[in-house]
Amino acid sequence: MKILKQIAQCLESGDEAGVPPLVRQALTEGIVPKTILDDGLIAGMNTVGEKFRVHDIFLPDVLLAAKAMYAGMDVLKPLLLSAGVSSRGRVVIGSVQGDLHDIGKNLVAIMLKGAGFEVIDLGNDVSAEKFVTAAKNNDARVIGMSALLTTTMPVMKEVVDLLKKESLSGKIKTIIGGAPVSQNYAGEIGADAYGYDCAQAVAGVKKLAAAVQ
Amino acid sequence: MALRPQLKFLSAELLERIVAEARDILCRLGTKVQNPRVLEMLAEHGAKVDFEKSQVLYTNSLLDRCLKSVPAQFKLFDVLGNETHDFSGNKVHFTPGSAALHVLDYQTQKIRKPDTTDYVRYVQLLSGLSHISSQSTAFISADVDERVSDSYRLFLSLLYGEKPVITGTFTIESFQVMRDMQLAVRGGEKELRAKPLTVFSCCPTSPLKWSEITSQNVIDCAACGIPVEFISMPLSGFMAPVTLVGTLVQHTAETISGIVISQVSSPGAPVLYGGSPAVFDMRYETTPMGAVETQMIDCAYSEIGKYLGLPTQAYISLSDAKLLDAQAGLETAMGATLAALSGINSISGPGMLDFESCQSLEKLVLDNEICGMTLRLVQGIEPREDFPAQPIFEELLREKHLLISPHTRRHLKSEHYFPGPVIDRANLSRWREEGSLTLGQRAHREVEKLTASWLPSRLAAERKKELCSLMEKEARRWGMEKLPSRPLEA
Repeated sequence: MKILKQIAQCLESGDEAGVPPLVRQALTEGIVPKTILDDGLIAGMNTVGEKFRVHDIFLPDVLLAAKAMYAGMDVLKPLLLSAGVSSRGRVVIGSVQGDLHDIGKNLVAIMLKGAGFEVIDLGNDVSAEKFVTAAKNNDARVIGMSALLTTTMPVMKEVVDLLKKESLSGKIKTIIGGAPVSQNYAGEIGADAYGYDCAQAVAGVKKLAAAVQ
Repeated sequence: MALRPQLKFLSAELLERIVAEARDILCRLGTKVQNPRVLEMLAEHGAKVDFEKSQVLYTNSLLDRCLKSVPAQFKLFDVLGNETHDFSGNKVHFTPGSAALHVLDYQTQKIRKPDTTDYVRYVQLLSGLSHISSQSTAFISADVDERVSDSYRLFLSLLYGEKPVITGTFTIESFQVMRDMQLAVRGGEKELRAKPLTVFSCCPTSPLKWSEITSQNVIDCAACGIPVEFISMPLSGFMAPVTLVGTLVQHTAETISGIVISQVSSPGAPVLYGGSPAVFDMRYETTPMGAVETQMIDCAYSEIGKYLGLPTQAYISLSDAKLLDAQAGLETAMGATLAALSGINSISGPGMLDFESCQSLEKLVLDNEICGMTLRLVQGIEPREDFPAQPIFEELLREKHLLISPHTRRHLKSEHYFPGPVIDRANLSRWREEGSLTLGQRAHREVEKLTASWLPSRLAAERKKELCSLMEKEARRWGMEKLPSRPLEA
């Protein structure tokens, strides 16, 4: 449908003001909110993600597209809720206890929202208990943890162990990231995924969220 | 305006002394010129000529006249007639190192003789390298008769590529067809003179000698407005004094004598004050182009050229390494950086290995990035919308980042240079996930990608046809009935 393509293109160009009227127009054309979300907004973000991956566009373009996505979601969200359509899932995210660095985590949060996830951002210096409690209370599918310091990395393991202890491992998945962290470390501590940059973190969360649906 | 970062090696006093000594050498010792026609011209213009010994003693008034008539700048235009080069001030342009005998074969990692297929791939690749603004006739295709090996390179460059060409002849006889090819592209003598398409390298022989061929090339080019770059090649400690200053005196004398030959034949003929000097390595008996002293001589003679009011050239951004290794990168990058900071207008060398004798397509890809970084470097640091500084910092504190700030979006791409994938800027995990590729592997991928995405030159079909017929005729003249088949018809 032409209007969905227009929404996707408008989003790709980062036009925050342009997306909501197009979403409303799509609604008046009788297109259901779920289709507008999947084939308009998310389709646009997928293109943006791919262009970013191959360096056709840069981070500012992605973040602007994400903002345009939020603007579209503001229109759709009440309709999706009343239609009983769930979002792509909720993600609890934070920098682990002892770590006050949150630049990378903030970027991932912005891009996750742009990809259609509901993000509960716990900020920095977050304890294992706080991560798990927030995930349980918000019915989150994924916990995303970030660390910049090698000294704070063990908190990631605490989260994984706590989920195991509470028999939540299959229901709440974990993904880790940050400069000292690696795929190997994720394997060592039993985290479900590792993202070496924002785009990869979003791709990882998508996979994990789909797996617990 | 940004302060253009600039490098200087010579004090005004030293520079003037070098020029004075060089002029003195020309007036007291002179040069050999093994070309009767050029000797006659020089004699007509007041030089003292010993025809028997082919020896010329210049006069100060002749030197002054010629240095006055030589243009301070000129431009180059691509095969379509668009301006691509402005050789003036401190503007810099890069061109591949030229006339290599060999190529480094990526698959075998062996140095071998190139053929037509290699040359066409080179031209295709170069079309996609945005920081190298001209072609050079970078290597010599070994599948044609030696007597057409110079014109054949130009033919392929003009047939497949659009960028202007830095080239040269190996014989007196080749000049005509190489000029005619340019006339075919431009459509006539007047058009070629108005929009030069090539620069011809003309090399004096150190010490202080002009051969028949190269001096003839100088006057042939001058007669039809084809720009010339003088490539004086003193070798410090061998065919020139071991000291850098002594080498500079010789380079200055040889280059000024070239200017005189050009200007007495056609006053106002465009030239580049160029060269390819080197220190001589007394251990290996080689001429290292990557030596820091070689590069210092290059930058210093460019200062002299600019003092004399001329645009300059140097063979400087290249390497003596035999493979695309760390030495290849460091020597090329050091040379390119020094050259650009010196404002050398035509910087020759990208792609070249092994003392100007081996071209590598993969190295060209790397060097293109070196050129891109260097071009950014000389743009310098410029205040854009930075003052007063308070508003942007207020925005930063408010928004916590400036990633999507209008200020960032306005200035990102002009402030930051983004190299292609040959320069590794991925984090370790991403680099591993993408195959842990070496620089050579990444460069080769780019070579494959850029040659595959090449589009034929937009030169009119009838002009391409004329180029083909000129080349075929030239080949027949030297007994070659058929030219090698070309991989892709242009």
